[in-house]
Amino acid sequence: MKAVLRLALKSAWARRLTLGITLVAIALASALLLAVERVRHDARANFTQSVSGVDLVVGPRTGGVQLMLYAVFRSGAATHNMRWDSYEALATHPAVAWTLPLSLGDSHRGFPVLGTTTDYFRHFQYGDRQGLKLASGREFIDLFETVLGSTVAQELGYRSGDRITLAHGMSESGMEHGDKPFTVVGVLAPTGTPVDRTVHVSLEAISALHLDWVGGAPLPGLAIPAEHVRKFDLAPKEITAMLIGLKSRGDVFRLQRHINGYRGEPLMAVLPGVALDELWQTLASVENSLLAISTLVVLVGLAGLTATMLAGLNERRRELAILRSLGAGPGEIFLMLVAEGLVVTVLGVALGVALMSIGTVLLAPLALAQFGIPLQPRPPTANEIVLLLSIIATGLAASLVPGWRAWRMSLADGLTPRN
Amino acid sequence: MNALALADLTYRWPRQPAPCLDIPRFDVAAGERVFLHGPSGGGKSTLLAVLGGVALPDSGTVTLLGQRIDTLSGRARDCFRADHIGFIFQQFNLLPWLSALDNVLLPCTFSAHRNSRAGDARTAAAHLLGHLDLAPDLWQRPAAELSVGQQQRVAAARALIGKPGVILADEPTSALDAPRQQRFIDLLLAETQAAGSTLLFVSHDDRLAAHFDRRVALAEINRTAQRAEA
Repeated sequence: MKAVLRLALKSAWARRLTLGITLVAIALASALLLAVERVRHDARANFTQSVSGVDLVVGPRTGGVQLMLYAVFRSGAATHNMRWDSYEALATHPAVAWTLPLSLGDSHRGFPVLGTTTDYFRHFQYGDRQGLKLASGREFIDLFETVLGSTVAQELGYRSGDRITLAHGMSESGMEHGDKPFTVVGVLAPTGTPVDRTVHVSLEAISALHLDWVGGAPLPGLAIPAEHVRKFDLAPKEITAMLIGLKSRGDVFRLQRHINGYRGEPLMAVLPGVALDELWQTLASVENSLLAISTLVVLVGLAGLTATMLAGLNERRRELAILRSLGAGPGEIFLMLVAEGLVVTVLGVALGVALMSIGTVLLAPLALAQFGIPLQPRPPTANEIVLLLSIIATGLAASLVPGWRAWRMSLADGLTPRN
Repeated sequence: MNALALADLTYRWPRQPAPCLDIPRFDVAAGERVFLHGPSGGGKSTLLAVLGGVALPDSGTVTLLGQRIDTLSGRARDCFRADHIGFIFQQFNLLPWLSALDNVLLPCTFSAHRNSRAGDARTAAAHLLGHLDLAPDLWQRPAAELSVGQQQRVAAARALIGKPGVILADEPTSALDAPRQQRFIDLLLAETQAAGSTLLFVSHDDRLAAHFDRRVALAEINRTAQRAEA
């Protein structure tokens, strides 16, 4: 038996070119499948970790997914706002520990601007309850000061002391609030969440920017210069959404009901975990079709293995007859073929894992910059190991076909191969 | 004692109406070197497959070295073949990706019995290759790089290593030119005798029968052939 397996390896080595090509095809297919699975997993983890420690997200009544999209991902625009007095009423509710107002709508060169309070730097959490940290500088204190997310600072090359102007609306071609420049006073450490792409200013700054605006356009003939805005009441009238942290998590459904039935104006409250799951579900079909395609690629690779081995079998009939004459049984001939297929599959999968690891290292900067997905080289997860094992199991099944054919052949041929 | 004994043997290929072998009796004495003559397609290869335990007869007995092999299990027949039978084929006898020496050593990796009878297997292989006139610088070459004549001598050495009781040769000289044929047969006969093995040499070419102990025509022992001729 051992003799036969050793010969199987030597025989395979003699056909290393064709088998090698098959092996590379299996390697590429496994690397693809693994990459899709990993990106899927990491994207999801990244997604669900974009906010943490927040018990309720509150905004004007729309869909829960939409509310999450703009409140957490700062993508898309709110159709209407919630009143500041509603915010104040909820902030003083006895069950509430802390609240963060969020005011969106402006942008800086495509990056969203968020008006909030400095409580944001204390209460906002992401990932596994990690807080925000300043990489450099300090929080905003004065009216026209801003703290940048790490991606904003890195991509645009800003440092503390630089002056930037904000644009109205989310498009890059929006009208500039050019008369009221902001000074960068701090840059946040990277979080791998939408915070990295956000320009943070105070709520009062948002009010100040829009003093001389009505209905999304500057009032003609009225321009209030930056040095005069402080004379006006800058208390916010409206905000886009708010985040609530509770004293006790047990109150979450009670408060949610309270907010959903709030008498002052139509509001809604969603649980971020539930809403994120709901949002992810909308992406599930994309995710599943990617997985299905890469599974098909793996199957094509393994079908190639079967085809290569079957094609080689005719040329190997003499080899099999010689082994028979030396005392190898049909069972051993069968095992010899299956072992060959298994070895090629296992080596292919191993090469695929290696390719995937190298690819992760090479593509990590791109994935982070383009999609905000932090890819990290790491040993395969349990899920990935199951995936790899099922590739190997399928490879084993694929080599049963040539194995069975060789078994039949060696029985039919006896010692005189017919060709 | 007979090294080979067939009695009342019939063999029919699957999906064939008539048996291709019908041999009431055929014996070869231990140490005897027999030339079996038969035309191509006359059932010679089938007879060798039955003697080698690769094909099972439909009826009758096949006894090799005192052992009924037709009643053994498939696995046991494979082991018996590995232990006691050396095969030489018409051509393409060797695994092309193994060296000449490794090809000769193959039976010793398949059979502990042959391995122990060979003594030191590598020495035995070198000895046989030397006796069969294969230059030592060829021993490590892959078999695919050897000439047909050289390959047949390597095949003979492989059949002989570990002194199996029976050597079955199926037209081993048909790929060689006439002067080399006789030379090969002389070497084979000498080495078979030295190993104390019994040789059954099957060929369609009667001119090669000269140096054997006995010449038998397949038609004499096989009633199927007699019926065909009648």
